Amino acid sequence: MYAYDELDRTLINERVSEFRDQVKRRLSGELTEDEFKILRLQNGVYLQLHAYMFRVAIPYGTLSSKQLRRFAHVARRYDRGYGHFTTRQNIQFNWIKLAELPDALADLAEVGIHAMQTSGNNMRNVTSDQWAGVAPGEIEDPRIWSELIRQHTTLHPEFSFLPRKFKIAITAAEHDRAAIKIHDIGLRLHKNADGETGFEVLVGGGLGRTPFIAKTIKPFVPGRDILSYIEAILRVYNQYGRRDNIYKARIKILVHELGIEKFAKEVDEEWKAMGDVGLTLDHTAIEEVRSRFSYPAYEKLPHMPDELKQAAHDPLFERWRKNSVSAHKVQGYSIVTLSLKPVGGPPGDASAEQMDAVADLADKYSFGEIRVGHEQNLALPHVAKRDLPALFKALDRLGLATPNVNLVTDIIACPGLDYCSLANARSIPIAQELTRRFANHDTADLIGRLHINISGCINACGHHHVGHIGILGVEKNGEEFYQITIGGRADENAQLGTLIGPAVPYAEVADVIEDIVEAYLALRDRPEELFVDTVKRLGVEPIRERVYATR
Amino acid sequence: MTSPLEQKKIKITGPSVVTANRTWDGAVVYRTAKQGWSTELADSAVVSTSDDARALLAEATADDVGAVGPYIAPVELKDGGKVKPGNLREHIRAKGVTIDLQVPA
Repeated sequence: MYAYDELDRTLINERVSEFRDQVKRRLSGELTEDEFKILRLQNGVYLQLHAYMFRVAIPYGTLSSKQLRRFAHVARRYDRGYGHFTTRQNIQFNWIKLAELPDALADLAEVGIHAMQTSGNNMRNVTSDQWAGVAPGEIEDPRIWSELIRQHTTLHPEFSFLPRKFKIAITAAEHDRAAIKIHDIGLRLHKNADGETGFEVLVGGGLGRTPFIAKTIKPFVPGRDILSYIEAILRVYNQYGRRDNIYKARIKILVHELGIEKFAKEVDEEWKAMGDVGLTLDHTAIEEVRSRFSYPAYEKLPHMPDELKQAAHDPLFERWRKNSVSAHKVQGYSIVTLSLKPVGGPPGDASAEQMDAVADLADKYSFGEIRVGHEQNLALPHVAKRDLPALFKALDRLGLATPNVNLVTDIIACPGLDYCSLANARSIPIAQELTRRFANHDTADLIGRLHINISGCINACGHHHVGHIGILGVEKNGEEFYQITIGGRADENAQLGTLIGPAVPYAEVADVIEDIVEAYLALRDRPEELFVDTVKRLGVEPIRERVYATR
Repeated sequence: MTSPLEQKKIKITGPSVVTANRTWDGAVVYRTAKQGWSTELADSAVVSTSDDARALLAEATADDVGAVGPYIAPVELKDGGKVKPGNLREHIRAKGVTIDLQVPA
């Protein structure tokens, strides 16, 4: 966990006071909506179909039990008893009243939570691997760097009015769980030949109506220089970014139009011209931030405790353990993913009761710490293996032990037309129907790793372009239709999916997805060949033929 | 459903209302014939020409304190003059989400 210092606390509290005054002036009519809109967006407040939506940042996906309990409190007191975890390590509350927002913000500020960087054309919440600090083989904890970037960019005047929103993600593990290649800047922490820690810097990734996979702009930037290098990128973007056209304003368009070589040259020239602007991170500065992260006092525990051996006779426990429990860097401990994708449930939603209960379980079994992943699930990052059987029972009672992590029903979905003012079609009911179709865990296990991503419009909040199966809601003559892509992926081998055929109406989506999965099962080389690898080997055509032959 | 945020030219082809979100709480509201706002679609002023729609929208837009983001939305007039939402988006705004909100506790 990261402990905020006095400066952080003052900044957050001042922000609450400022927003309280802005809301008061808006409600009195002193501020028009045009004047107020940019202010509310800077505090994570959108206006959606039914109400205001309040998006709160969970920097690098790390939460304390106290903070999660406070989310439960906000859900209960100011909303309708639940919250929605997003694909960018935020939580959204869907039914907040503007008049009560300052109070909600004040309650969150008491536990070091805020809504800065969650909307507007600025630097958004810096995200990271939800297993940061506990993943085996990790170079080092990427959250140290996430926090350094967060501190530097928060309310930075040069980054507060960018041409468009700007997102950074960081990973330090071989397997990319942070989807860095679909971010404006993706940072991969690694060591160079001399053993020095630094970053491969990727730029220009993003989804939306013009999707691009990020390209490497520099294979190695030493850690001490990362702030100045990011600043150079942002200066080039600020100078050349298309402020005249919202659809062309993201950095991905600039990188695409200039070409990565020219863009890299511009950044290098800017970087050199900047000279020493006081952004070099010396050892003391890095260690100061590192020292504010606290790590558990792990016990020396056996690799295979008796409790685990005994529980292995319970098939339900074993299924869950194999699916949702992952290796930890410390012997005797595990990382446990809590599926927020129950059969028939809205993906990523958690009730206030669940949040409170998870906070209690985190205190009991995970040193009071919870993580939030971009896949819209939670994780307990430090669970002793001896505690796994007891934890499973508790999670099962809460509906949080669905053994479907990374399987076909672990669906990423945006709120869609049920909530969102930008959406063209619904996402959640499609996800719910698919979870019912594939509810049988044996079938899901047989299918293996398969990511379905659903977006209700081209803005792609559900990351449909990079789903193994991507579903995009569109409108045709006032009806909901869905375009389906296959072969996308969001990991270290990220790529965009390919359209498989004509859009299908709402009522046929689940049938088509079932047919795609059946085609894959028939075409895969061996049971271990993942869906996405079968598509890569064979291309789209053989699956298209089977799925659309009778349509 | 095409977002009304993209609504640029006002040309209606059937009965329409002006809808928005109430400023203080964001609730869905409809412009009434008495130059006010109501949370009930049944209370809305229904217009059937583009000129009337433009006038109703202009009047609603002038009330920047009461409601946010007014736009023209299609409705259907059922037997007896009952007003129904004219598309799925407006149905969801009027009736709520189409999903079961029960999150397992």
